[in-house]
Amino acid sequence: MNERLRLAIFLVAGPVFFGLYCYAALNLPPWGQYRGPYGDLIARLAVYERHATDTVNAINYDYRGFDTLGEEFILFTAVIGVTMLLRRQKDVPTSPAGKVADRPPLSESVRAVISPAVLVTTIFGFYIGLHGQLTPGGGFQAGVILATGSILVYLAANTEGFKRITSHVAVEVIEAVGAASYALIGIVPLLIGLPLLTNVLPLGTTGDVLSAGTIALISACVGIEVTAAFLLVIYTYLEEIVTGEIPEE
Amino acid sequence: MPHILQSLPYFIAAWLFFCGLYGLVTSRHLVHSVICLAILQSSTYVLLLAIGYRVGGSAPIFADISPGALTVDPVVQALMLTDVVVEAVVVALLLAMVVKAYEKSGCVSPSDLRTMRG
Repeated sequence: MNERLRLAIFLVAGPVFFGLYCYAALNLPPWGQYRGPYGDLIARLAVYERHATDTVNAINYDYRGFDTLGEEFILFTAVIGVTMLLRRQKDVPTSPAGKVADRPPLSESVRAVISPAVLVTTIFGFYIGLHGQLTPGGGFQAGVILATGSILVYLAANTEGFKRITSHVAVEVIEAVGAASYALIGIVPLLIGLPLLTNVLPLGTTGDVLSAGTIALISACVGIEVTAAFLLVIYTYLEEIVTGEIPEE
Repeated sequence: MPHILQSLPYFIAAWLFFCGLYGLVTSRHLVHSVICLAILQSSTYVLLLAIGYRVGGSAPIFADISPGALTVDPVVQALMLTDVVVEAVVVALLLAMVVKAYEKSGCVSPSDLRTMRG
């Protein structure tokens, strides 16, 4: 399909779709007048039923836990895809462009700023991850923040410095463990005759860090998995920058 | 027309969607296509969060508000939360495909990709 034909189809189909969309949007409840029953129901029930004050995470890791399990495996599969596509062939020589990409470490002052930044980012990541059932946060956010910490290490040092703190094999294993433990936590209730992903752990006192039963535990597993997933993606791309082949023109 | 204004966030979602779609249609670079797809997808965030919004509603976190307080819909927020992370990794996967396509065929234009074999 050439570009002109593509544009022509877009110019015909676009307005038709936009017309239908307008019809639908103007028949939705006006903005700010939400009328869905489920959100209100869960906002009322989550604190009593699950002792979780963050209802968003109560939905994610409990009420909607099965869907999140599926999404977790989308993440897992996508990361496997990245590493498989970009895996290094042993006989590929390092390209000159790659050598330029792996620049020497920055100035001492930049490193001095980044070192405390890594510390703060890591502590913040753990805080966000462990308080997911209480305040905004949880595994997904914590994973991204924790992975950011190691990107800061790459900024301060170089690819070698990044590789020193992240072993490829270890990250892969941790990612798999994170993904598998979520599934295992879901299967445990089956063994005692309850539905999949039932919240079987003691719920604790509302507002405590150790509360909300499996929500906190699953959130931690997701945090581990997301951290490892992002590290693996970053690691794979850094490898690609350093050793990627440049095709012959 | 107050009716249009009341639906403004829905039209912002449509604007994002069509920006992304137009970019995809006219794209001449695969990296550009991937970014356009990410923009197109972000329109769903605006749409769903707009549907869940409620005037005067606070965040659905009951750590410091009384139970039973008026909140926005937590369900759509939970949907968005996982999707943001998944989208980032899916974009990484697509970019990896772009890298491989360039290595195999030496071109980055979507219309030249038909020459690719194996």
